Amino acid sequence: MAAGLRRYLLIVVPYAWLLVFFLAPFFIVLKISLSDLAVAMPPYTPTFDPSAGWEGFKAFISQLDFESYIFLATDSLYVNAFFSSLQIAVLSTFLALLVAFPMAYGMARAPDWLRPLLVMGVILPFWTSFLIRVYAWVGILRSEGLLNQFLIWTGIISEPLQIMNTPVAVYIGIVYSYLPFMVLPIYATLEKMDESLLEAAIDLGCSRVKAFWLVTLPLAMPGIIAGCFLVFIPAMGEFVIPELLGGSRTLMMGKTLWNEFFSNRDWPVASAVAIVLLLTLVVPIVIFQRQAERQQEAGR
Amino acid sequence: MTRKFTWFNATSLTFAFAFLYLPILILIVYSFNESKLVTVWAGFSTKWYGELLHNQAMLDAAWVTFRVAFTTATLATILGTMAAYVLVRSGRFYGRTLFSGMIYAPLVMPDVIIGLSLLLLFIAMNIDRGMMTVIIAHTTFAMCYVAVVVSSRLISFDRSLEEAALDLGCSPMEAFFYVTLPIIAPSVVAGWLLAFTLSLDDLVIASFTTGPGATTLPIKIWSAVRLGVSPEINALSTILISIVTVGVIAASTIDRRRAARAGERG
Repeated sequence: MAAGLRRYLLIVVPYAWLLVFFLAPFFIVLKISLSDLAVAMPPYTPTFDPSAGWEGFKAFISQLDFESYIFLATDSLYVNAFFSSLQIAVLSTFLALLVAFPMAYGMARAPDWLRPLLVMGVILPFWTSFLIRVYAWVGILRSEGLLNQFLIWTGIISEPLQIMNTPVAVYIGIVYSYLPFMVLPIYATLEKMDESLLEAAIDLGCSRVKAFWLVTLPLAMPGIIAGCFLVFIPAMGEFVIPELLGGSRTLMMGKTLWNEFFSNRDWPVASAVAIVLLLTLVVPIVIFQRQAERQQEAGR
Repeated sequence: MTRKFTWFNATSLTFAFAFLYLPILILIVYSFNESKLVTVWAGFSTKWYGELLHNQAMLDAAWVTFRVAFTTATLATILGTMAAYVLVRSGRFYGRTLFSGMIYAPLVMPDVIIGLSLLLLFIAMNIDRGMMTVIIAHTTFAMCYVAVVVSSRLISFDRSLEEAALDLGCSPMEAFFYVTLPIIAPSVVAGWLLAFTLSLDDLVIASFTTGPGATTLPIKIWSAVRLGVSPEINALSTILISIVTVGVIAASTIDRRRAARAGERG
């Protein structure tokens, strides 16, 4: 067997799998987003009939329109869902960074024997079910939940706080669930950092705080950027967290898509929501991919 | 200069780890609560675990989930290892950028998009939905995680070992199975475990692509959770968390021991 053929097969099998099951579906989503809702199965029109030939294809194309997108842009519900997703994703990415940076910094400075254990400690929750971890917060944040019980017991508040079913609960849920994604890339850059650079900065008259801003932070930047993308992108399309913790008044794109599809059975609108979400995320995803590839190259 | 581990570092680590682990610990503690009211402690009991064992629907879902996760992990490991090979070894070929894009994009792509698009594909292709479609869907995103894990190991792999095997008369296949695979094995095992837990955890993609008779555990948990907190779900969660914890710790111990042994030899 020729080496060329073997190499060809090696490339073709995973490539074909991803083309069929990852890339091709997007074109179907795009096509359905341009179709109209119909009372039929599948619930949209037109459906493409290959037996009709070229004329049939032209008729099919002429029936496609942007109705679903116009609907999305004019109905305030969807516009609000878009901006609220954007706001929630940006703010929770920032909050995750605030929590993750001191943590990664502490991990990078921990004694050698402790570091692998700390890394393990960050990775372990990532392996445990996402759904269960979000569910764990329901029992804590409810008005008769443990957080309120604790705060009333300590006398800080006298009336239970309404956290559950508000955006605050969604922020907590996202920061909690995606924290490992933020911590690990930052830790990786801080751990590799050459401490003598800091020493040099201090010798040259920098204060500790200034040295941190001028040396540590710029060197940690690649990790910070990678972490921010890893949190922002999935947060933007999050479904489980807003549905479980955010209540009915917290709108997000992922939730809207789910409801359009499963509750309203409006496949064209659900597909249009998916396309809008995808277009919003294309730029961050491409930047993330470039970054990941560059890191792989650097490891070589 | 040794790195200084300050009080500030210690405090931030303590708070951050408390934040990560307290909710899980609370969940576990309350699974042993006698009372049906989850937030009122009424004494130690294991009755919710007993009740779980008699819940046939839950047990069925667990069995479906296990079979899906096992098949997914195996398929994803094979495809993902191949993809890692292509990424690291195949150099430039036509469509390489698209290929690496398709490997990295699913890592961050929102679940709802993957789920919806695959469901619409299955409908367009007239495939009956059931366990098989869930396995295909899970394999598609899990193989990308495997590819990333395995390729990071392949990059640091000393190619001259493989070349030596080829020079000594191994066929490329033999060289892969006798030389390369044993060396990258820890990352392949890690990839398999990662794919297994990803499949075990997934709610959104499974909800879109599932069909009659293929209700997975997360779907079952989801429908229970939406009605509120229940001690039975806490018990189930505790069991799942224990399985994953034991698995992850075992896997990392094996990996570290191997690394230590390799270090001694080297």
